[in-house]
Amino acid sequence: MDRRKFLNSSATLTLMSPLMNRAFAEATDDARLVLVILRGGLDGMAAAPAYGEGRYRNLRGQLALGEPGSEGGVLKLDGLFGLHPSLTNMHSMYRDGDLAVVHAIASPYRERSHFDGQKVLEAGGVSPSTSNGGWLNRALTALAAESFERDAIALASTVPLVLRGTETVTSWAPSRLPDSDADTLARVRQIYEAADPALAMRLTEALNARDLAGETGMDGMRPGGQQLAPITTAAARFLAAADGPRIAVIEANGWDTHANQGAANGGLAIRLQQLDAGLASFKSELGSNWDKTTVMVVTEFGRTVAVNGTRGTDHGTAGCAFVAGGAVAGGRVIADWPGLAERELFEGRDLAPTLDLRAVFKGVLSEQYGLSARALESSIFPGSEAIEPISLSA
Amino acid sequence: MLKQTTAIATNRFGFGARPGDATRIGDDYEAWLFDQLGPPMPTEQPGNRPESAAILEQVTELRLARQARQSVANDEPIEVDQDAIREYARFISRSFQSQAASGYTEAITSDAPFRERLVQFWENHFAVSADKQPVGAIAGHYRNEAIRPHVTGNFVELLTSAIKHPAMQLYLDNPQSIGPNSMLGSRANRNRNRQTGLNENLAREILELHTLGVDGGYSQDDVIEFAKSLTGWSVGGTGAGDRIGAMARRLTGSTDAGAPGEFTFRPAVHEPGTKTIFGRRFSEGGVDEAESVLAFLSEQQQTARFLATKLARHFVADQPPAALVDRLADAYLANEGELVPVYRELIRAKESWTDPLAKYKTPQDYLVSTFRAIGTVPNGNSLVGVATQLGQRPLTPGSPAGWPDIADNWNGGDALLKRIEWASEVGINIGDRIDATERLDDVLGETASEATRLGVQRAESGSQAIALLFSAPEFQRR
Repeated sequence: MDRRKFLNSSATLTLMSPLMNRAFAEATDDARLVLVILRGGLDGMAAAPAYGEGRYRNLRGQLALGEPGSEGGVLKLDGLFGLHPSLTNMHSMYRDGDLAVVHAIASPYRERSHFDGQKVLEAGGVSPSTSNGGWLNRALTALAAESFERDAIALASTVPLVLRGTETVTSWAPSRLPDSDADTLARVRQIYEAADPALAMRLTEALNARDLAGETGMDGMRPGGQQLAPITTAAARFLAAADGPRIAVIEANGWDTHANQGAANGGLAIRLQQLDAGLASFKSELGSNWDKTTVMVVTEFGRTVAVNGTRGTDHGTAGCAFVAGGAVAGGRVIADWPGLAERELFEGRDLAPTLDLRAVFKGVLSEQYGLSARALESSIFPGSEAIEPISLSA
Repeated sequence: MLKQTTAIATNRFGFGARPGDATRIGDDYEAWLFDQLGPPMPTEQPGNRPESAAILEQVTELRLARQARQSVANDEPIEVDQDAIREYARFISRSFQSQAASGYTEAITSDAPFRERLVQFWENHFAVSADKQPVGAIAGHYRNEAIRPHVTGNFVELLTSAIKHPAMQLYLDNPQSIGPNSMLGSRANRNRNRQTGLNENLAREILELHTLGVDGGYSQDDVIEFAKSLTGWSVGGTGAGDRIGAMARRLTGSTDAGAPGEFTFRPAVHEPGTKTIFGRRFSEGGVDEAESVLAFLSEQQQTARFLATKLARHFVADQPPAALVDRLADAYLANEGELVPVYRELIRAKESWTDPLAKYKTPQDYLVSTFRAIGTVPNGNSLVGVATQLGQRPLTPGSPAGWPDIADNWNGGDALLKRIEWASEVGINIGDRIDATERLDDVLGETASEATRLGVQRAESGSQAIALLFSAPEFQRR
């Protein structure tokens, strides 16, 4: 059976109607948006294996997962794709129609450096040398221009590139340090205002976030180590607060699995379980706000399809992304599947990219916030005219 | 009162002033910096076993004990004995803590802070990260064994010593990389029961992060060919997941596993034949072959520019002045990779002395400068905790790219607020013993703004004055 044909019947590749309905955008004025960046290069063939491909088992070797229904086997999505057995909560979301898997997708970056790959992913340009801040910050500017001012927060001590730029963005992370007294803080602020306006602005943002964290009962919160659930819970509280930010960015390291990455069990399985638990906690903490929420889980590149000499995978090209939330038309795998035959692989080794991550970002920004194609193409993702947004909205 | 130039010398090129530096350094701040560049530190005595090797050997023993007890436990799953597992984790964590603390102590007490900054700069250039085991147990010794002896030598010595060190070998997975046509590789591929092959990790990062730089013009083929050259470079002994060493010894009938925990070469996994890397052909050369590649890479103009840019960014400005980068790269090439002439150019550059607050301190350097200003050496364990809270867990940059070197990566609002909270804690502890106004003259001197000076003078208590001093913009920047 022809692979592409098979996919076109079982999964949908929906390109958005260019005539976006503005009234619909206004109805989603209250939309929440979360970007989760998995740093290090998530192995898309481990997270969402194409288990139905004849070559899957052979190429993956020791990393291959079992058939659906077997012990440690993949969690079935359709006849071709499954989820890693660690992703049980995400599998439930998929079945509830709240999770879409986008596969064979990559940023426009085609080399194999983490650092440049992350730059392209976050800056939103086509090459790593572009340095005009991050695309999500430019989206805030575009929203402000249409009087949809949104606050954004980085769940980290320092703002990642994707949120850096001209718009003010705050940051928050759990702390073990005791608070400074209010008088000292006021005096520090006075010094900054006189001597260093940039620091004054940072401090103001941080104090606002701290206040909001206190109001939502997070002031006693402690860092959670490798666990993602504490930080996603915090993100949910910020997003649920009446005056809280509406856009959040979360980062998670630890995906660079060159050696001994494991299959159903092992290092990557644990990390995936932490991601899965993080999304589940996020959903339950958000309550009814989940219905207005879109979470995008992305990484800088995928990994080689075949297992390498050290029972891991090396830096590759295309991988998978997840889009979750009540605002998402999920329960489907969105892919223009390129296949796993050697001639179908990118440079004979990587899953070939047939979708562009910017298509997901553009689709979500236009559907959730009504951003125009013009804003998306001229300022937020310059050079992306040829990249059609993907419709993901429920 | 510390003059502006002396403040820059101590702050930008060091870890911040100590009380008394104004008189200690005097007017000739340039000489104070130049003097720190020589003569070279004594390198380790030949025959002396590196401390990292002893630790790695111990890690191996603990790991074997853990495996033995685990496999015994597998037969009787109820009786799982966790002691060996705990012992292993405790040993790694103790080694890490003590090395993290001694790194801080060296920086806080150093009489040659510029030299120490160079050690840290190169340690970060050749970054390993303690969140990968067993690297975490030797990351501090790596600095002292592989980096420190070579920071005033030639770049090629520094490069070779860093890459060959077990910490780097293990961090970037090279001991597990097997030449497909090596004795072991061809045997394994014939049997087809094991997947074996190259691991590109080390080769890629040397090209991208250590020598040519990501825009240096190399290709994926260069990465693969270089990875072939590096096959066989490994760590001796039977430890650190030495499945491959054991296979190689079985195959060759050899019993020599190499000195435990030290660099070793395994001919049975080395990919034979000529390799072409970045346009140059390297004929088969066994253990020396990859060294020739490193020497070749260190001579390239791209390498000179990449290193010059990083040095200028680290010491002078996030966006380093192009003319300064040119001069540093020229000094590197004219002196065939000798580093001291490059540092001298950096010190002489007018660009280094114009803006006293162009750079934002990393959390680590912020903490070190605080302790230098106070004049105390903190307890090691609490230091690891505070550094982690401020966003820079010691020895753990988390990636081979090392810690980022521009303000945007460090000056987030939350990170700033945590510094202020920590400064407040310091104030509570020492505010009754130290006069913050005097200390401000000693360590910030002429670089302190009027607002900072007034703020510290008018503080409601000694502890608040200290909190304001260590929160001041001039103390956050350099």
